[in-house]
Amino acid sequence: MSVLAPVLEPLTILIAEDSTADLLLLSTIIRRQGHQVLTATNGAEAVAVFTRERPQLVLMDALMPVMDGFEAARRIKQLAGEELVPLIFLTSLRESEALAQCLDAGGDDFLPKPYNQLILAAKINAMDRLRRLQATVLQQRDLIAKHHDYLLHEQRVAKAVFDKVAHSGCINAAPNIRYLQSPYALFNGDLLLAAYTPSGDMHVLLGDFTGHGLPAAVGAMPLAEVFYGMTAKGYGLAQTLREMNAKLKRILPVDMFCCATLLCLSTQRRVVEVWNGGMPEGYVHEIATGKRTPLESRHLPLGVLSAQAFDDRTEVWPMALGDRVFLLSDGVLDTADANEQLFGAERLQQVFAANREPDRLFEDIEQALAAFRGKARDDVSMVEITLQVDQQLRASGPLYADSGQSCPLDWSVSFEFRAETLKRYNPLPYLLQLLLEIHGLREQSGALYSVMAELYSNALEHGVLGLDSRLKRDAQGFAEYYRLRNDRLAQLNSGYIRVHVQVVPTEAGGRMTLRVEDSGPGFDVEQVLARPLDIDRLSGRGLSLVRQLSSDVRWSDGGRSVCVEFSWEALA
Amino acid sequence: MVDLHLDPEVLSGLQEVMEGEYPKLLDTFLDDSQKRVEALRKARDDAKALGRIAHSFKGSSGNLGAVRLAQLCQRLEVESVGPVVGDLGELVDQIDREFALVKPLYESERQRFQM
Repeated sequence: MSVLAPVLEPLTILIAEDSTADLLLLSTIIRRQGHQVLTATNGAEAVAVFTRERPQLVLMDALMPVMDGFEAARRIKQLAGEELVPLIFLTSLRESEALAQCLDAGGDDFLPKPYNQLILAAKINAMDRLRRLQATVLQQRDLIAKHHDYLLHEQRVAKAVFDKVAHSGCINAAPNIRYLQSPYALFNGDLLLAAYTPSGDMHVLLGDFTGHGLPAAVGAMPLAEVFYGMTAKGYGLAQTLREMNAKLKRILPVDMFCCATLLCLSTQRRVVEVWNGGMPEGYVHEIATGKRTPLESRHLPLGVLSAQAFDDRTEVWPMALGDRVFLLSDGVLDTADANEQLFGAERLQQVFAANREPDRLFEDIEQALAAFRGKARDDVSMVEITLQVDQQLRASGPLYADSGQSCPLDWSVSFEFRAETLKRYNPLPYLLQLLLEIHGLREQSGALYSVMAELYSNALEHGVLGLDSRLKRDAQGFAEYYRLRNDRLAQLNSGYIRVHVQVVPTEAGGRMTLRVEDSGPGFDVEQVLARPLDIDRLSGRGLSLVRQLSSDVRWSDGGRSVCVEFSWEALA
Repeated sequence: MVDLHLDPEVLSGLQEVMEGEYPKLLDTFLDDSQKRVEALRKARDDAKALGRIAHSFKGSSGNLGAVRLAQLCQRLEVESVGPVVGDLGELVDQIDREFALVKPLYESERQRFQM
């Protein structure tokens, strides 16, 4: 017996055989090989024993009374279902037709008579290996199916949360935004966010995390949080970008980052301010001339550089009413045809050039992609924002739950912001939060913020940095103006802006006086104010805006000091 | 082909495998075979029945080393389904005679293990 292959694991084996001598012989051999034996002397009995005892392997004589081996084999295979119960036919059938009949009935192997112990043991072991392999496959299949279901469930939950986060701003409500997103996987990992600043400007972010689907979307949550929070509080692009970059750098693994374009579209100032880190070129489209100004990537994506190395410099472009900004994710350009040829920027340019109706641009691009017979390999996103005049100023500050009884009504405060601070800090959100402690001002928070922003940027740009707004009379000068602004701010080492706030109660309610002083040379107030109010001119829009929005504006100290007043009536 | 009636090597192999059960196996085979020989005689004119019985008989006699008997059974099995039905009765007679010949050999083997 020592020549037999070792038995891996004792099996329960059913032997169905009508010849008593053969049955006795075979059972004895198999028992001596270490297995447990069940016997049956016809097919029907074999099926009954199988049903009752569930043996792991069956040895079946082909020709038996009552029910033959073929029929019994069929029934046993059916009962076994997905589980592999190896079935070896005990037969000396010689004709190929009969052998084929055995296989058709579900037989896995044959054992000819007279029995050979060695071959029998080897066949049982081989079949046992197959049986265990099948069991492992089934187990792993079930496990994979379970994991798959679990994964899909997770993705659905994540998608629901993601969609709420990624689309909670004004992306769907704003009439001047059109966008198209098609997901590569269950959901689109490209991030498209839009929200209004307190002064009614619109911030838009199109982001593309490395990867797609769920892993890409995970990073979207903190990014969206920073975007919405800081936009609502009135932070500019630079501070928001710094915060986003620092946050992503902190939480994302090194091989993960976010390509992004962040822009601020200001109807009041007729400009768009853009920062592009790693996204494909978007465009500013001048409708009047048809000119497209590319919004090139000038930075590394968010989450790559340390806070010290991060560059928050933006570019500013003039826009007229009706002009459009178009942004896209690289899923559009990376769409590949059957030969792995990419759609690419050139083909996109051709679509732009051929586009006759600006409103049909998305459809034209989609048509071009379809004609290219492209297969998207990543999430695909496109967004187009039009500069429109109907964005009324809104009070977008947080809702307050307090009664107003404790609101401060008689106080004053003064700040002086010096060069090092002016370079890197935007005090406006903080000042706005402070002023919104006064309930009466909350109704006017949009106007208040716009006026503060205008006076502050006038003090900084014309006062401290000495920039002449007349530079901005054409598009080229406009770009030059903002280039100079960046340069001079970076080199600033003296100068200040002072902000004085005085709040006093009045019979009707209260009054807030805001005075902004700068260290600059001042300007000829009479002459500037004498310019006509021209809403569509690139320069000089600031002062007219301030005069529109606040009840009283006065300059003093040769233009170096400006004072505005906001009044309110007591709440009922 | 040598006309071997009983293969002694098969018997010694069986003895090794069966150990204490060896005499019982011999008894079972003799008893079984007796029934089959009688069944063959009864089914003389039923080719289908002859073929089925011959098939089983071939298996057990092969296992027990009755080489010539197994060969005769196989011939009967084959010819019972063949296109030309030969003289199956003659084959049945031959099987009958062969069993009569090997039966005493198995009996004497059995005698070695008197209980």
